[in-house]
Amino acid sequence: MMSYDAIIIGGGHNGLVAATMLAKSGRKVALFEAAGQLGGAARGSEFHPGFRSPGLAHVINRLHRDVIKELDLVRHGLALKATQTPTVALAADGNHLVLRGAYGQSIDGNLADGEINGWQTLRTQLFRHAGILKRMFDDVPPPLGAPSAGELFKLARTGLALRLLGKVEMREFMRMILMPVADVANEHLKEERLKGLLAFDATLGIHLGPRSPTSLLGLYYRLAGELDGVAGEQTIPDGGMSALIAAIEKSARSRGVMIRTGASVARIMIENERTCGIVLADGSEMRAPLIVSGISPVTTFKSLVGPRHLDTGFVRAIGNIRTKGDTSKLHLALDRMPQFAGLSNADHAGRLVFAPSSEYVERAFNPAKYGELPDTPVMEITLPSMLAPEGACVLSANIQHTPFDLKQGWQSGKIELYRRVIELLEQHAPGISKSIVGHELLSPPDIETSYLMPGGHWHHGELQADQMLMMRPTYAASRYATPLSGLYLCGAGSHPGGGISGMPGLLAARTILKGPRK
Amino acid sequence: MLELTVFGMILLMKKFDAIIVGAGHNGLVNACYLQRAGLDVLIVEKNDWVGGAAVSRELTPGFIYSNCAYVCSLFRPEIMRDLELPKHGLQIIAYEGGAVFTRDGDYLASYRDHHAHRREFARFSKRDAEAYERYSRDVTRQCRFIQPLLMRRAPDPASFKPADIAELMYLARKFGGLGPKEMADTLRFWTMSISDFLDEYFETDVIKAYLAISGIIGTALGPMSPGTAYVLLHHYMGEVDGSVGAWGYARGGMGSITKALASSFTASGGTIMTGSGVEKILVSGGKAKGVALENGDEHYADIVVSNADVKRTFLKLVDEKDLPSSFVRSVSNFKIRGSSGKLNIALDTLPEFPALPKGSTCVRGDMHFTDSVERMERGYDDWKAGRWSADPFIDMMIPTIMDPTMTSPGKHFVSCFVQYCPPKVEGRDWTDADRDAFAETVISQIADYSPGFRERIVHMEVRTPRELEAEVGLTEGNIFQGELTFDQLLFNRPIPGYAQYRSPIRGLYMCGSSTHPGGGVMGAPGRNAAREILSNLSRSTGHVSDAHDVI
Amino acid sequence: MRQQLAVVEKRKQAQSHINAIRLEAPFHARIEAAMQQEEWYVWNGYKSALVITDEELEYFAIRSTAALFDISPMVKYRIEGPDAEACLNRLTVRDVTKLKPNRVHYTAWCDDAGHVLDDGTLFRFAANRFRLCCQERHLPWLLDSAIGFDVSIHEETEEIAGLALQGPTSCAILKALGFAGVERLKPFDIVEFMVNGEPVTVSRTGFTGDLGYELFVRLQNALPMWDALQIAGAPFGIRPIGYAALNSARIEAGFIVANGDFVTSETALRYDRARMPDEIGLDWLVDPAKAYYNGKAAILKARQEGSLRHVLVGLEIEGNIPAEHAIVYHDKKREVGLVSAALWSPTGKRNIAIATLQRPYGVTINDNLWVEIYAMRELQYQKMMKRARVVERPFVKLARRTLTPPDDR
Repeated sequence: MMSYDAIIIGGGHNGLVAATMLAKSGRKVALFEAAGQLGGAARGSEFHPGFRSPGLAHVINRLHRDVIKELDLVRHGLALKATQTPTVALAADGNHLVLRGAYGQSIDGNLADGEINGWQTLRTQLFRHAGILKRMFDDVPPPLGAPSAGELFKLARTGLALRLLGKVEMREFMRMILMPVADVANEHLKEERLKGLLAFDATLGIHLGPRSPTSLLGLYYRLAGELDGVAGEQTIPDGGMSALIAAIEKSARSRGVMIRTGASVARIMIENERTCGIVLADGSEMRAPLIVSGISPVTTFKSLVGPRHLDTGFVRAIGNIRTKGDTSKLHLALDRMPQFAGLSNADHAGRLVFAPSSEYVERAFNPAKYGELPDTPVMEITLPSMLAPEGACVLSANIQHTPFDLKQGWQSGKIELYRRVIELLEQHAPGISKSIVGHELLSPPDIETSYLMPGGHWHHGELQADQMLMMRPTYAASRYATPLSGLYLCGAGSHPGGGISGMPGLLAARTILKGPRK
Repeated sequence: MLELTVFGMILLMKKFDAIIVGAGHNGLVNACYLQRAGLDVLIVEKNDWVGGAAVSRELTPGFIYSNCAYVCSLFRPEIMRDLELPKHGLQIIAYEGGAVFTRDGDYLASYRDHHAHRREFARFSKRDAEAYERYSRDVTRQCRFIQPLLMRRAPDPASFKPADIAELMYLARKFGGLGPKEMADTLRFWTMSISDFLDEYFETDVIKAYLAISGIIGTALGPMSPGTAYVLLHHYMGEVDGSVGAWGYARGGMGSITKALASSFTASGGTIMTGSGVEKILVSGGKAKGVALENGDEHYADIVVSNADVKRTFLKLVDEKDLPSSFVRSVSNFKIRGSSGKLNIALDTLPEFPALPKGSTCVRGDMHFTDSVERMERGYDDWKAGRWSADPFIDMMIPTIMDPTMTSPGKHFVSCFVQYCPPKVEGRDWTDADRDAFAETVISQIADYSPGFRERIVHMEVRTPRELEAEVGLTEGNIFQGELTFDQLLFNRPIPGYAQYRSPIRGLYMCGSSTHPGGGVMGAPGRNAAREILSNLSRSTGHVSDAHDVI
Repeated sequence: MRQQLAVVEKRKQAQSHINAIRLEAPFHARIEAAMQQEEWYVWNGYKSALVITDEELEYFAIRSTAALFDISPMVKYRIEGPDAEACLNRLTVRDVTKLKPNRVHYTAWCDDAGHVLDDGTLFRFAANRFRLCCQERHLPWLLDSAIGFDVSIHEETEEIAGLALQGPTSCAILKALGFAGVERLKPFDIVEFMVNGEPVTVSRTGFTGDLGYELFVRLQNALPMWDALQIAGAPFGIRPIGYAALNSARIEAGFIVANGDFVTSETALRYDRARMPDEIGLDWLVDPAKAYYNGKAAILKARQEGSLRHVLVGLEIEGNIPAEHAIVYHDKKREVGLVSAALWSPTGKRNIAIATLQRPYGVTINDNLWVEIYAMRELQYQKMMKRARVVERPFVKLARRTLTPPDDR
């Protein structure tokens, strides 16, 4: 029987980051991934002969600088594109807005007088507030109860940073933090395309509409992300996410992490009420005192640990985590580059958002509450390069709000959703439907099946106020350690949440490294 | 006549210590406390009667309507005692449980007896029946946490003033007094939707619908909106340690509360002028000077307290030039969208509900016809789109069953609170035809469960947000003088930096539901504002009781 | 569709529950007939007798002849299935694998924090069939505790009639009734008899600290069973009793009552009221060697860290005035606890009390303890400071409780 110091479950980017960090400290680390290849949600596949999908994720906008540094990713081949990737707010009439620089430093397109000032005021304010929250997203969530001196000091520093914003801005922060994104946008803007974009970005991957209180948090979360030290920046990697994963894998291997793919973990072994190893689906056992799970907390506790080793209240809390995803993923194999009307060739390389107005996003959300499909979904489209044969193209789109529990069932639902999406695409990129040679539409249940994420939820659990910070994934497991001795969480279900950031993995590893070495 | 004029002239020349704009319940509470502190206080009220939204009115002969607010539980007992309201005629009647009628011809009753309540739930789900115990324990825990905050001033977290720091420390200590798990529960509770919260306890639709009601009443949010769990608390915190969410009627209608307040006020020497709408609050050199009435009269005082909502006060009654532009912007951004309507109906006989067994006590409480959270939420979707709900949520009561003073025997007044009802219809103003169509929507829903209801009607008053604004002066017809969302609660209510009843104008205060702790016939804003004003004047606040202990 | 309609119909029929707010237990007709004092109380929604004829005589029936007490309102859950044992073993603090079929044990169950949710008795009828009897309601907790186990849980409080027959002649009465071999039942044994083709489950259990049995029958057999007991018991001095007498006996026996002597964790509004087993005298139930169960980690951690805050003790107090709800002091000055139940013990002839003290009082500091008794006498409090001594529980220990076979006198 093989034995290690630590076993990591799940070869998504967070699992890999945690594995590398632990290996770096001199531990003997093994990582097991159920799929045939690493990457988790960053894993793409050949969905049509010659056409590869970029991964469930298709934009990098929050890869944390500490992760890049600690894993030495640049040396291991990570090359983030130097060119800036614009965001395009698509308009039906071709009158698009192109946001350049970090989240709209400047905007190209027709804007009414005064609108750009409103935008800049709001943008500055949002970044300032996101900066305060970033301090919390960059660290282990504060404890409740009696904090240590160190924790108190950290809290005081965040408080001070908040106070240093000045009285007015501090008050604004405390007023806005739990507001609906739509209301905040309305306070500053008249332009529907901008409001629609903000509404979309705030609610992407979340079961909230822009008029839902707390929906602004989603936007703050987005803007607390950074690329190469620039907050709000983004890139669409050439060849999809695989290059990033390759770099992380290289780093992991260079530190001696033993990696096995196609090795599904069946359960976590427990002796004397602490973890002692894992059993793989093939029945083989691997021993390690420390088990770090990068997969969903729900799967980890419900399937791998099992309720017999947990308290009922904890099982109840895990059952209460809301994990039903709202986002579907579409991959189209196109025999030529699509042409979005009114969009320059260069800007086709951007992130194209179809969310014409805040009300439009809200209307797309309404049916999702009842398990129904939106008549007109909202979506984020990218055209990543190097995934298709020469001259051809892959279109990758995140489609909101398509509920996991679809009343009509996903079999007919997928056909209907596909038709509605293609109709919309055809309106914006005439002729696109004729260029489709293959497609893959992943509904939330499909995502659940292929990526082993319960509910098909990107974040392994709703990223809403009541499931953030010390409530993520649930209070008793919110600081990476869990009620089961020896078991730690390191995935998107933990603080700060999902997105390709590597932070849950990094923070989990840091927590483990701070603890006693056994 | 001559006497009146002379009296009027004396009033005109006289300078008061304080003028209260609006004789709503908070204005009256505020005035009572100020008057009792020895100030000479004048209340000016635009209507020919006092009471604001807490009134009893005879709109058709022989029927008294509580035509706006229709229940009380939130009204603070400390205030009733301080102002000797029982002596001035106030009497509260507890009411019995009501029922939610279900589409399958059954109903979910709410019984006062603990075990009957459990067995009623058990008809639908044994699990839910037993889960209710923990649910009510958990909600009561939250009530116990929040309730003492109602009668305290909200601290300004950006301030370094000793009073603010002391209040912040109080909050921190109170929070710190919870166990870590309870802290996490509290944080979650404050940010959850009532629907998600209920899902953690219950499995039955109608039970969830019944319990979600308090999460949406008066709110421009649906039960699936985060923050509605807190709204539930806002309706429940009237009753702590007792049965959660118990309600009552005021004998003689809700006007009895304001009548008692007015009587208490005048008995202590205060002056009320009705039929005296305020045109402008007079400001000079950044200081409040008095009020100019619509009839041209002016009255002077160094302290002016507005019971009107924050938008009406600062966007209509005060000149924009007298206010900092950032303040005006904040006031403009204040959310005060109306979400409810009201039907006040006179019936010549008691309506029948075939689903209820003969002699059921359910008619003595609140009756509802919305048996799922989804139906409520869909009603909210209509409102978001600028329409009244096609399948509205109705909170219906027949207070005359308990209170014979409101009609003659056998006849009944029915109060129907209806949600959702928008301040504007698809962006345009309400028309009379809209109003009638809205009423028809409501009546037809009731008639589905109460055959013959329509035929029993002898008079009906229909109030959309338009009527509410026109009569009571509530901007956009919002019954809470501002929505109860996080950004408008505690130190954010109504405007960050102005959450302590003060305004940018010296001597001009706010005391309405726009201020902390918010709406409902509670009286706390009026009382808290009085305490702030008196301490500003270095006057004794000994007659303002502290909040009762929650032990 | 038809099935759904049937569900709705059944639900509508149940509407009539409101016509009788207080449920009448299956033996109610007989108790009502015997009732002289009209002293009723509400137990779990049932109309239950507090005193039927005379509290003192009822008490002495328990200790000198036989007493009959209706225990039907006790909350009961049926737990069955292949994983029933495993599920209960995870739920409760005692080792269920050691509980043989046809045996009962007293146990407790805790939440994640190790706080006691309730105590109760667990009946094991067969390898895969159990009944849990307790004071509070726990269906959601039990169902959530069953997640991941192949087990079904059913609340059956209203479906079973239960009687406690307690006292020195109780065995003789059952023998007279024809329950052959009942004398061979050891404490906590269960046996099923057939009477006229109907099953009667008899367990040697009780809440009196005396010789005694509990009998369970189906609802329709309740009254015949009562009548048969009355006839068979007449020569043995059988007497129906109310809760007041039972309560005296249980205090003598040192038994605690949930939400009387401690606050159960799910009902506690003030979270600091919750108690660990070690804080309410149930440390002996906690099995540290057993595989994982609810609260184990928290309890063992509290033991290890010495963070337990309270202890439940028996007190003997000088004099004869019961110290009900009296405050306990150390050195007459420092408040260290509260009496939750107290009694002048008629059998023990001493003034006894059950109290919760703040550690280390009651653990390492047992001297110089006092209770302040406020006795209301003709509209005046007689205030007394009386010396208290921590003593062993049970306060009254009777050999006949465990003697097998009982000697019937």
